[in-house]
Amino acid sequence: MEILVCVRRVPDTSENEIALNAAGNDIERDDLVYSINEWDNYAVEEALQIAARVGGSVTVVTVGGEDDEEILRREMAMGATHGVLISDGAFAGSDARGIATILRAFVQKGKYDLILTGVQAEDGGALVGGMLAAMLDYPFASLVNSIEVLDGKTLKISREIAGGNKEVNQIDLPCVLSIQTGINEPRYVGMRGIRQVASIPIPTLGVSELNLDPQLVGLAAAKVQRVDYFTPALGKGAEMLQGSREEIVDKLFELVAAKGGLK
Amino acid sequence: MSRIFAYIVHKAGVADDSALELAAAARIIDPSASLTALVMGSGPELDKVCAALPNTYAEIWKASNESLAYPNAELVRQALVKILPSGSIVLVAHEHFGIDLAPGLSVRMNAACVSDVSGIEGLNGSSLKVVRQEFGGQVSAHVACDISSGAVITFRPGAFKPVETAAANGTVIDKSSEVGVLAAKRRYLETVVAEAGDVDITKHAVLVSIGRGIQEKDNVAMAEELAEALGAAVSCSRPVVDAKWLEKSRQVGTSGKTVKPKVYLACGISGAFQHLAGIKGKPFIIAINKNPKAPIFQVADVGIVDDLLEFLPEFTNKVREMHSLSTK
Repeated sequence: MEILVCVRRVPDTSENEIALNAAGNDIERDDLVYSINEWDNYAVEEALQIAARVGGSVTVVTVGGEDDEEILRREMAMGATHGVLISDGAFAGSDARGIATILRAFVQKGKYDLILTGVQAEDGGALVGGMLAAMLDYPFASLVNSIEVLDGKTLKISREIAGGNKEVNQIDLPCVLSIQTGINEPRYVGMRGIRQVASIPIPTLGVSELNLDPQLVGLAAAKVQRVDYFTPALGKGAEMLQGSREEIVDKLFELVAAKGGLK
Repeated sequence: MSRIFAYIVHKAGVADDSALELAAAARIIDPSASLTALVMGSGPELDKVCAALPNTYAEIWKASNESLAYPNAELVRQALVKILPSGSIVLVAHEHFGIDLAPGLSVRMNAACVSDVSGIEGLNGSSLKVVRQEFGGQVSAHVACDISSGAVITFRPGAFKPVETAAANGTVIDKSSEVGVLAAKRRYLETVVAEAGDVDITKHAVLVSIGRGIQEKDNVAMAEELAEALGAAVSCSRPVVDAKWLEKSRQVGTSGKTVKPKVYLACGISGAFQHLAGIKGKPFIIAINKNPKAPIFQVADVGIVDDLLEFLPEFTNKVREMHSLSTK
């Protein structure tokens, strides 16, 4: 099975406190630690496990800039066969529809049986996979938390629905699935693994290689644009306990006791 | 202004809460808009859903079709594309069905698409400015959406409070004949209900709930020791289940359990919406997190900025000490 996984490099929320910049129009991007979008990493692991079971190859692709090559290398160190960087100045400011349009052009240059994305990105809206599927006229399922290959033409998949329940579906290939976290346990990647793939060439494709109409992508085509960031006020805010740890422990004990939290 | 449509998610003849929330959102977008409910399904259950909507929606477009008995987003999309006028604004809840439907529907309608909207700033000409949360709720973004050729917008469940409305005196309009034959490349097989698990966290008055901040599996024991001392149960947020440190049955949130404790100790939990949505009944929330900017501090009653792995054992000792004093 030929599998394509669409991935993104994003600020890592487990490594960073995301805050506004001084101008208040963007997040503070200096000194941010970036990593592969968590959902996408599960998608790559799932692709590798499927390829190990039924044979085939795994290609990872991202739309971005040269800094994004590092996550392609990382996923290649996990075992992905090929990495492709799609990068062009004309892509700047693309909305989800634009990104899906770019990916469609790439998909149509190759032949993939299965296309995976993460359910969403840290700063995204869970849109690209479903848009890509509709553009290709492939079936789509979101929130996928298990995949079983039935034969060369169909998969049995389950989706995560409310309350931890699962919705089981059969879906025809080729298809697009968005992968939920927890579907597997992504393998560890060490520095040694990344060094081993350091010399594998990663092709960069742009508008001309993809035969794309630049009018369909980028800022000018985007119907959806982020205006700015701000810090939300969700509630009145907690009473922050101050003092030494011992004082805080004593105070917390009193509070828990007063609220009926002791046995 | 185009007519605003709301897709009604329903189950067993009852419309989801989002049916009223979407109407509230639509009235913020345009107070004068004519609201139309889209109800797809089959049989008497469909009519029961439609019968409950005329107080909220001016028109209720129903499409009855055997193949829509279970809501398959691909079939629903085909049906909607056949019946919706061009340039329509379609609202749908941002849950497992809406996430399946919205992106592909927007492509087929050649309309804009914006998802997981939690606030509406206003409409300026054909530019709709909305609010979305990003980075797990640590920051929010204003997003401008050009709705001049239509839009599909998904709304965060619970973000819009249903408003008391004058009866819309709506009429049900049967669109079934326009839907025709539907066929999908994806077929629903069954729903598998979640396993009960060893501990029922929905029955506990006190929960010691752990998140990513617990850092590794071996540290879960710290939470178990505190829970034991308090007579509480250990619950968790999604990353702990994803990492297989606790069973799915311990997860609080939209994709886990809904809990109603008296006291909720959120330990190393950032406070993403999906987690908070599983906490009901206004418990006393205590948040312990080393990140002072964690969203959990905005909704907690009491906050402690500290290293969880050092704080928890000390607090456990305090509880044990006081317990042994009181039982002597």
